[in-house]
Amino acid sequence: MTLTMTREAATKGGGSPRSHRPLITKRNIPYLLILPALLGFVAFKAYPILAALYISLTTGAGAARTFVGLDNYVRLVNDPLFWTALWNTALILVVQVPIMLLLALVLALGLNSPLLRLRGLWRLGVFMPSLTGLVAYGVMFSVILSKDSGLLNWVLGIFGVDAIDWLGSPFWARIAIVIALTWHYTGYNAVIYLAGLQSIPKELYEAAMVDGAGAVRRFWSITVPQLRPILLLTVVLSTIGTLQLFDEPFVITGGGPDNSTLTISLYLYENGFRYFDFGYAAAIAYALTLIVAGFGLLQLKLTGGKK
Amino acid sequence: MKGWALTFVLAAVFALCVGPFYWLAMAATHANSEIFAETPKFYPGDQLGANTAKLEESIGLVHVLGNTLFVAVVQTSIAIVVALLAGYAFAKFEFRGRNAFFVLLLSTLVIPGGVTIIPIFEMMNDLDLIDSFPALILPNLTVPFGIFLMRQSLLAIPDELLDAARVDGAGELRVLWRVVVPVMRPVLAALGVFLFLGAWNDFLWPLIALRTPEMFTLPVALATLQAQARTDFGQVMVGTAISSLPMMILFLVLQKQFISGLLAGATKG
Repeated sequence: MTLTMTREAATKGGGSPRSHRPLITKRNIPYLLILPALLGFVAFKAYPILAALYISLTTGAGAARTFVGLDNYVRLVNDPLFWTALWNTALILVVQVPIMLLLALVLALGLNSPLLRLRGLWRLGVFMPSLTGLVAYGVMFSVILSKDSGLLNWVLGIFGVDAIDWLGSPFWARIAIVIALTWHYTGYNAVIYLAGLQSIPKELYEAAMVDGAGAVRRFWSITVPQLRPILLLTVVLSTIGTLQLFDEPFVITGGGPDNSTLTISLYLYENGFRYFDFGYAAAIAYALTLIVAGFGLLQLKLTGGKK
Repeated sequence: MKGWALTFVLAAVFALCVGPFYWLAMAATHANSEIFAETPKFYPGDQLGANTAKLEESIGLVHVLGNTLFVAVVQTSIAIVVALLAGYAFAKFEFRGRNAFFVLLLSTLVIPGGVTIIPIFEMMNDLDLIDSFPALILPNLTVPFGIFLMRQSLLAIPDELLDAARVDGAGELRVLWRVVVPVMRPVLAALGVFLFLGAWNDFLWPLIALRTPEMFTLPVALATLQAQARTDFGQVMVGTAISSLPMMILFLVLQKQFISGLLAGATKG
């Protein structure tokens, strides 16, 4: 008892004059504030990014890991399945992103129209799909798309369309992924555009109307330029997101049939966590990074957008 | 007249968006055989209780929901604090390495998640954390987007407000807690909702990091159940509906925060 007390007293008095200084000073406060974020960044972003680059130059794992130089990348370039995955991802990207963003813009213009009644309700409904988890909506779509008893074929049947084998044919499976993605993300982008439209100063339109500009002219001369940063951002975000597409093909099609919906991320996952070929999977990951970074830079260049 | 045409079109889009949810809710109340009957069911059945009981039996619904909620709440709470502190430092203090770190942080936004996943898996394996909640939570506590959002919003708070509190003798943490947090409440709520949504729905990493069904989060449990041959879809539909429910409720209650969070992320890029 006495012992503990003296020990406590000793640590408290703590011997050194330093303990009189407050723990938090004006000088060190920013570093203290940043510290948790920095630790997380170093451990789970910076280190893994560098480690993955090293792993991509090796084969095997743990003690059996050996350095093989660029072997994994050579294998990648000669791997027809990787090219298939790249082609599928590119195809989905080129078809889906423009359709979705165009629909979202039209939807946002409609939602923003002063003629519209019950705006809040429609906006709510349009946004709802993006709230569903990727797995939940994937599971939902795998049933909705079923050939003989799915909701979609039933609805199409009303219009006299024959049952489509959505998940059984390579062509339709890709379309199915595009439909699922479009359903899920269009409303999200529309709500972003809508908010952008609402932040355009009304005076601009009023001045244009005074000058006699018609609706089309106003759209191209005011709406599009004012919306530009947001348009650019959604293009970049959707592109990056689609290049990394994983959950939807994993849950809805499993990458099939015939690898027609195998994406780069799905191929990465299969090599890494089905075959535990970490070196090769890391090489795929870095190839994907290059593609994503390349696209990002290209889009920034093309649009001349500022950061 | 024109207004009605527009409203009609929007109503049709609304039906496309919301229809599947209605169908899902109805499917959850029917038996497997009825879900796969020739015409979809647009009226409620009487199998909701039976489906839910089956789901509880096959994945341990209550337990899995508890796992998901626990991970999402802990992860979101810590990540918000981390982001607020870091954002505050970036917005309101001068310190060495500030700009370099900020740029590095943002540049990770364009690096695909797939890159970090293998080293983090090996790290968790070495630390013997695979199949544990820390394995899920730890990698997600520093969220670059969240820090960015906090910094942008904090830049809008006038320095005079903070200085006034400092002159009154308030310490830095007190300034943060008494002056900054109250002003930031809407943005904090928006970020909270955004992070919770991400954590609640997260799939790839939990799929890799978890092994035993007792540890599964709802998305992993659902995907595993769906992948089984001869899956009974009545129970899958109940699980799917339950996993979407919290988001719907959060959104209905916090619509403003949702949209402002979305915008803060979008307009300031």
